[in-house]
Amino acid sequence: MGRLLLILRIVGRDLRRRPVQALLLLIAIASATTAMTLGLSLNDVTKDPYQQTRAATDGPDLVMTYQQSSEATHTQAESLAKLNDFATRPGVAAHSGPWPATWTRMTANGLTAGAETIGRDVAPALVDQPKLTAGAWLGGAGDAVLEASFASALGLGPGDPITLGGRTFRVVGTAVTAAVPTFPDACNDGCEPNMSRQAESSTGTVWVTQADAKSLATAAYPLSYTMDVKLKDPATADPIMFAFGDELGHNGDWAISADDAADVALQDSLITRGPQQAMQIGAWMLGLLSAAGVTVLVGSRLAEQTRRVGLLKAVGGSPGTVAASFLAQYVFLSLVAAGFGLVFGWLLAPLLTSPGSGLLGHAPSPSLTGRTVSTVLAAALTIAIASSLIPSLRAVRKSTVSALVDSVRRPRRGALTIRMSRRLPVWLMLGLRLAARRPRRSLLSGVSVGVTVLTLVTAITARHTLASSFLGPEHLSNLRNPRIQRIDAVLVAVTAVLIALAVINAVIVTWATALDAQRTLAVARAFGATPGQVTVGLAAAQTAPALLGAILGVPAGMGFALALAKGGHATVFPPVWQLALAALVTVSATAVLTAVPARIEARRPAADVLQVELA
Amino acid sequence: MSETDSTTSLLTARRLRKHHGKGAALVRALDDVDLEVAEGETLAVMGPSGCGKSTLLHVLGGLERLTDGEVWLAGKRIDRLSEKALARMRRRGVGFVFQAFHLMDELTAVENVEVPALFAGMSPRAARKRALDLLEQVGLADKGKQLSTALSGGERQRVAVARALSNEPLVVLADEPTGNLDSAATLDVLRLFDQLRAAGQTLVIVTHDSRVGATADRLITMRDGAFVDETRLTGGTSGATGKLDMLIGLGD
Repeated sequence: MGRLLLILRIVGRDLRRRPVQALLLLIAIASATTAMTLGLSLNDVTKDPYQQTRAATDGPDLVMTYQQSSEATHTQAESLAKLNDFATRPGVAAHSGPWPATWTRMTANGLTAGAETIGRDVAPALVDQPKLTAGAWLGGAGDAVLEASFASALGLGPGDPITLGGRTFRVVGTAVTAAVPTFPDACNDGCEPNMSRQAESSTGTVWVTQADAKSLATAAYPLSYTMDVKLKDPATADPIMFAFGDELGHNGDWAISADDAADVALQDSLITRGPQQAMQIGAWMLGLLSAAGVTVLVGSRLAEQTRRVGLLKAVGGSPGTVAASFLAQYVFLSLVAAGFGLVFGWLLAPLLTSPGSGLLGHAPSPSLTGRTVSTVLAAALTIAIASSLIPSLRAVRKSTVSALVDSVRRPRRGALTIRMSRRLPVWLMLGLRLAARRPRRSLLSGVSVGVTVLTLVTAITARHTLASSFLGPEHLSNLRNPRIQRIDAVLVAVTAVLIALAVINAVIVTWATALDAQRTLAVARAFGATPGQVTVGLAAAQTAPALLGAILGVPAGMGFALALAKGGHATVFPPVWQLALAALVTVSATAVLTAVPARIEARRPAADVLQVELA
Repeated sequence: MSETDSTTSLLTARRLRKHHGKGAALVRALDDVDLEVAEGETLAVMGPSGCGKSTLLHVLGGLERLTDGEVWLAGKRIDRLSEKALARMRRRGVGFVFQAFHLMDELTAVENVEVPALFAGMSPRAARKRALDLLEQVGLADKGKQLSTALSGGERQRVAVARALSNEPLVVLADEPTGNLDSAATLDVLRLFDQLRAAGQTLVIVTHDSRVGATADRLITMRDGAFVDETRLTGGTSGATGKLDMLIGLGD
C-alpha cells in the first residue's frame, strides 16, 4: 500500500511539474486513439437509415432483373413471362413491375451524368413506391423524379429542366428508395451490358413514365426490366432465390438475375465504408507518429528520471518498484488519452455516419463495443509502453551510484559527420554535429516527417485518382460524389491532424535537442558562434533528417497509394512537381517551426549554463 | 563618451553594476567595480564563493549583460554590442577557460581545440595545424586523437587552455581553472599559465586558490560584488620560473 502511495505521489508531482510535456503526450496519443475509435466504430452505421427508408417505401425483399444478353436463348417476352410467373409463387406476398429501364446520358445545369431511367406508373406501387423528399410524383409524360442524392449532386430540384437522351423533361420531385443503391452506385453492378466502368460508378436513378422509359432505349443501351418483390417471410429470400436460380439454370439462357435487400444495403454502406478505411489507415499513421513523439518526450526526460531512479534505489526501492514508478505516469497518461480518444471518436462519428440525402433519417452515434474499447486501450498502452519500457529498464539496471551522478546519456560520436562538417559553414557544421550526437532522435524526426509526407502524397494521389476517374469515354462531368466527398473530408482531416502531430513532434525533438546540447551550444557561443548560427544550426539538426524523411516519403506514398488502389480504380498520379511541393512545404514548415524553440534556447544567456558546475 | 578609448589598458571596466532581483531580494553581484588590465598583465581575482568573481569574468567576456557600466576591450566599447557582434568579438578577442572544462564529449582533443578557429572562418587544414601546434605547446601532442572523456582532469583542462588560445585572443579569461583538479594537475595548469604569462599573453584568472593567485602580477580581492583589496605582487611579468618554482617548493 505504501509503495502504491509513493508511486501515485511521484506520478502526481511529475504531472504537476511538467504540465506541458504531459499535455503534449496526451495530444499525441489521443489523436491516434480518436482516429482509431472512429475507424473501428463505423461498422454498419448505415443499417438504421437503410431500414428506415425501406419501411417508408415498402422496400422489396428481392429485386429481379431481366437484362438483354447475347448469350440468352430465351426471348424477352419469354423472360418477362417467367418473371411474372415468379410473382405468383406461394412465398411471394406482393410485387410491382416488371418496370422497363435503360441507361442514358442526362444533362442539366451544364453537367452531364449517367441516368438509370426506370419507367414507373403514375399510380403508387404496392412494393417500392419511392418516398418523396420534395415535389410530387410523376403526373404524366415529360415528368421526371430524381433520386434525392443524385438531385443533390446536380443541384436540381422540382421545376428544373433536364435532358434525357436528347429530350427535355421537367423535374417534378425528388425521392428516396431502398430498391436501388443511391448515387453514384445506382449501376455499380452493371445496369446494362455495354456500360463502361466510369458509367457504372457515376450513375443516379431517374423515374419517368413507362412510355418515356421505353422511348429512351437505344441499340447501345437497350431496355431491361426490374421487378420488386415482397416476400411473406423475408428470411426465405435466400432459399427462394437459390431455388429460382436452379430452375433457371446457370448457363445464362434466361438473362434473369436477382438481388436481395442486403445487396442494396451493402451498396449504400459504401458511403461510410471508404471513409472508415481511410480513417483506419490514418489511425495507423497517427499511431506511428505519436509513438515517435512519445519516445522523444520520454528520452528528453531521461537524465532527470535516471537520477530519480538512483535516488529511489539509494533509499531502498526495489527494481520492480522503481520501474513501476518510472512507467506509471506514462501508463496513466496513455489510459487518459485512450479515454479522450474514445469520447472524441464517439462524438465525432456522426460527422462521418450521416447517410447523406439518399436515405432517410440519421445514423445514431456508433456504439462503443467492448472490442473497440479494448483495442483502443491496448493501442494507447502499446504506444506508451513501447516508448518508455527500454529507457525504464536501462535506468533500473544502472548501478545506483552511476545513476545518481550520470547527468545525461553520453552523446554518440559521429566521426564521419564531424570530419566532413569541418568544411561546412558554421551553422551547418553545428546542425550536422547536433544531429549526429543523437542518431536515434534524428531517425525519429526523419520518420515523423517521412510518415507525414507519405500520407500527404497518398492523399493527393487519391484525390487526383478520384478526380481523374470521371473523365471516361462517356464524358460525364465530375459531379459532387457524396462518397468521394466524404473520403476527401476524412483524408483532409487525417492529414491535418498528422501535420499537427508532426509539427508537435518537430518542436518536441528540437526542444529535446536544445536541452540536451545546452552546454555544447553555450560553449560554442562562448567561443564565437552567434545566436543566429546556433538557431539555424539547431533548426538544421531537425531539418536534415526531415529532408531525408521527406525524400523517402514521396516514393513511399506513391507505393502506398498503389497498394491501396489494388482492385479498385487504377491509380493516377498527379504531376511530380505537386508531390515534390508537398514534401518541400512539409520540410520548410519543420524548419520554420523548429526555429522557435531553437531561437528561445539561443537567446538564453550562455553564462547561466556555463556556471553550472559539472563533475 | 565616444565608442573608442585612448587609454593604454587592454581591458577596461568602469562602474560595473550587475544586479539580480528586486526590493528585499536584490542581489548586487557587481557593485561599482572599476578595473584596468594592461596588455601582457596577469590579473588574479580572489574571493569567497558568491562574491561576484565569475560574474565579473562573464561580463568582461561579453557572456553576461550589465545592469550599468562600461567594458572596453582594445579601445572598443563592447557592453553595448549586439549578441551577434559580441560573438564576433569573442572569436578573436577573448578565450575562455572554465572550471568544468566544458569540452564537447563527442569530440577528440584536437577537434575540441580547433572549434573556435573553425567558428572564426579559418580553413579546416589551417585550423587542424593550429590545434596540433597548441596541443604540443600544452604537452598533449600524443593525446590529440583521444576523446575528451578519455583524458584525465588535468589533461582536459590543458586541452581547454589550448582551445582558449586557438584564435590568439587578446585576453584569456579563466574561471576557477584549477577548481576541479588535484594538486599535480593544478601544478601542470599553473605551469601552463606561467608560460603564457612569459609569452606576454594577457590573463584574467578568477580563483579561490591562493597558489594560483600568487602567480599573478596583480591580485584583487572581492567581497559582496566589490573590490576590497588590490596587491601588486613582486616578480612582475618577466619571471617565467621564479614564482612558480617557489610555489612548487612550497607544495613540496
